[in-house]
Amino acid sequence: MLYREAGQFKASYGADQQIFPIRQDRIGIMIVLAIAFIAVPMLASEYWLKGILIQFLVFSCAALGLNILTGYAGQLSLGSAAFMAVGAFASYNFMLRIDGMPLLVAFVLGGLAAAFVGILFGLPSLRIKGFYLAVATLAAQFFIVWLLTKVSWFSNDSSSGVITAQEMVIFGYKFVTPESKYLLVLSVVTALALMAKNMVRGSVGRAWMAVRDMDVAAEVIGIRIMHTKLLAFAVSSFYCGVAGALYAYAYLGTVEPEGFNLDLSFKILFMIIIGGVGSISGAFLGPPSSSCCRFSWM
Amino acid sequence: MNGRQIGDVILDLQNISLRFGGVKALTNISFDVREHEIRAIIGPNGAGKSSMLNVINGVYHPQEGRIAFHGEERRRMEPHMAAMQGISRTFQNIALFKGMTVLDNIMTGRITKMKANFIEQAFYFGRARREELEHRKKVEEVIDFLEIQHIRKTPVGRLPYGLQKRVELGRALAAEPTMLLLDEPMAGMNVEEKQDMCRFILDVNDQFGTTIVLIEHDMGVIMDISDRVVVLDYGKKIGDGTPDEVRNNEEVIRAYLGVGH
Amino acid sequence: MQFFLEVLIGGLLSGVMYSFVALGFVLIYKASGVFNFAQGAMVFFAALTFVGILELGVPFWLALVLAFGAMVILGIATERIVLRPLVNQPPIALFMATIGLTFFIEGLAQAMWGASVRGLDLGIQDEPIEWILQATDIGVSKFDLFAAGVAAVLVTALALFFQYTRIGRALRAVADDHQAALSIGIPLQTIWRIVWAVAGFVALVAGLIWGARNGVSFSLTFTALKALPVLILGGFTSVPGAIVGGLIIGSTEKLAEVYLGGYVGGGTDSWFPYVMALAFLLVRPEGLFGEKHIDRV
Ligand SMILES: Nc1ncnc2c1ncn2[C@@H]1O[C@H](COP(=O)(O)OP(=O)(O)O)[C@@H](O)[C@H]1O
Ligand SMILES: [Mg+2]
Repeated sequence: MLYREAGQFKASYGADQQIFPIRQDRIGIMIVLAIAFIAVPMLASEYWLKGILIQFLVFSCAALGLNILTGYAGQLSLGSAAFMAVGAFASYNFMLRIDGMPLLVAFVLGGLAAAFVGILFGLPSLRIKGFYLAVATLAAQFFIVWLLTKVSWFSNDSSSGVITAQEMVIFGYKFVTPESKYLLVLSVVTALALMAKNMVRGSVGRAWMAVRDMDVAAEVIGIRIMHTKLLAFAVSSFYCGVAGALYAYAYLGTVEPEGFNLDLSFKILFMIIIGGVGSISGAFLGPPSSSCCRFSWM
Repeated sequence: MNGRQIGDVILDLQNISLRFGGVKALTNISFDVREHEIRAIIGPNGAGKSSMLNVINGVYHPQEGRIAFHGEERRRMEPHMAAMQGISRTFQNIALFKGMTVLDNIMTGRITKMKANFIEQAFYFGRARREELEHRKKVEEVIDFLEIQHIRKTPVGRLPYGLQKRVELGRALAAEPTMLLLDEPMAGMNVEEKQDMCRFILDVNDQFGTTIVLIEHDMGVIMDISDRVVVLDYGKKIGDGTPDEVRNNEEVIRAYLGVGH
Repeated sequence: MQFFLEVLIGGLLSGVMYSFVALGFVLIYKASGVFNFAQGAMVFFAALTFVGILELGVPFWLALVLAFGAMVILGIATERIVLRPLVNQPPIALFMATIGLTFFIEGLAQAMWGASVRGLDLGIQDEPIEWILQATDIGVSKFDLFAAGVAAVLVTALALFFQYTRIGRALRAVADDHQAALSIGIPLQTIWRIVWAVAGFVALVAGLIWGARNGVSFSLTFTALKALPVLILGGFTSVPGAIVGGLIIGSTEKLAEVYLGGYVGGGTDSWFPYVMALAFLLVRPEGLFGEKHIDRV
């Protein structure tokens, strides 16, 4: 950080407990949001919006989720892409099978489906830790992708397994232009980021960090380890699930299991490492730098 | 001693035995703790003192024995349930949350009292917001009490050892416990730090009436602040009584006071 | 019944290969505390390098030596460039570094030798052994038996190496206590280099055998990754654990594919070892040979 809060005296605890207690942060965030919401759609080319920015936002969203799990709750996961896949397929099926399903509700339901699956695969974390858990999360990665490929019901029995995502419509407005898609994704991701920030600075976040830093002490203080870890898995998978749905609908335009492979899980893991484990804004700093690294290796 | 009234037995341990594989950490130990008293546990290293505290708040599960807290016998007890019932503790090897600030560490101590669920917190809305402010106020009282205002926002990992111990006490106090278990709170401290710590322990006991179970090696401290003392050696109880009684107990002298520490 | 035994034996034989790769992993973990995710990529790299050299017209044995040389260089370079700068970092950072290394090695292998799938012929046919088939009606693949034999010999050799040589003893000393090993004058970096070279050798043998069986392609990395569930069964630090774990994973994987795969459309081997290891951990979190451990506070 380039500046400190020195000289900014808070007269109340309320002022000290704001989401961004330091004035420079508040101003900075405002400026970033203004640029993202107003300047970018006006100035950025179609290629930038479609090819780079939307993907960047989607990955940031997944990175937010993984950061909650790994950065805050200390549970290493190598299966983020699988939870993204669950979100994408669940949203697709909710849209497909329920008439008049609103898009955003389908995204949320997709996220919830991913959260549910996340809890299932989070169960081992109650008994195993560290690298053992990391390897166990590979089970989620390989099993889920296999399941989505094998059970053709998920892809509506399409022969190729590649399905076209439905149009994105909210209150009759069709999101077809890159600008509109970008703004939709940006809005969703911004809202989720603020919620994540609120959670990690509240007692849930403290419980996560406590479990991460010293689980025995956390339990002695009265934190229910099981509840706390599973909640981290659920919330994290929810974020990944929504990211997966956004990826399919706003970026790819198709829904297919193959894209959600181990490589993507690693990509997201790298994002949080580079952006800063245990920081919400890090989820947005990681993606650009890590994709640069990735390309320079090839 | 102080103006406080020592009350009835609130914690009663009967015939506790605890083994780790072949190691007998505790063998058939019985003692009790009365309300508002300062009860010390002493003994050489490896005597089973820490294990005793771990049994009391459910970290270890003894193979045999009965434990009654507030007259209520308990079955298998998990640590978070002990916390709910008002038992807090500190650890021999500091067990703070290294990645968090002093303030957050102590706030975590109030977690059993915070009711807002994660969705309310995500929106920082209603109860979540109210609670956060209310509990912050309580935590500031603890911070004032322990005189650590100046390090509120410091990550605990950066603090010197003595202050870390104090923060750990703060985290335990934040839960407003009825019983406080302290595992060697003064180990490794210099004289001033020890004096401060003694003062805090006595103040807690005096002002809030908190019952305290304390493990300590410094016999001077024990003689000064404890009401009754249990002596353990090789997992067995070899003495129990007031500091003076214990000091004059033959077996205790042989086992413990005789050897330097 | 015959069929069952046939599948079981085939599974056990392929399990020996898993054990072998897992052992390379245990070695590195024990000696340096690094969870080497790049083991799978190293297998791929080794196989591709070997085939690449063969294609240049180099005789088999020379190619083997050269490929081994390449693996040693790779191992030493990894130690020097990736791990040494990260010494004293948290294990997770080292783990991430090996994931990065995975991408790098995969990229490097393909950049050097191209990405096309290649065959590899070791001169041993994948056909049932006559006399066993005659005597018991059970088909045991010659190739599987050969591969298992090679792996078994090497597993034994590694175990003996650990147990009886000076370097082996030093390795174990390092594993038990880095500080102590240093203080009695064991050069840690030399140890690490040796360990990485051995891991490279393990990767080469695994790469050759799997490459000969399934072709040398990118999917080798996934095959080799199955050493990981073996490890969570057997424990990261246990040599017998790696061996027994490998046999369990190998046999159950084959049995599942044959008996379950039919109902669910096949391909179960992509995930079965992981789910199997996971289910096992739920019942016995301390692993096959681990002792029940209660955190001390
Ligand atoms: N979690 C544990 N696992 C195995 N043995 C333990 C554990 N905790 C304590 N012990 C053993 O129990 C005995 C008593 O230890 P402890 O209660 O820490 O003694 P003290 O606190 O009096 O020094 C020692 O022999 C110790 O090795
Ligand atoms: Mg102790």
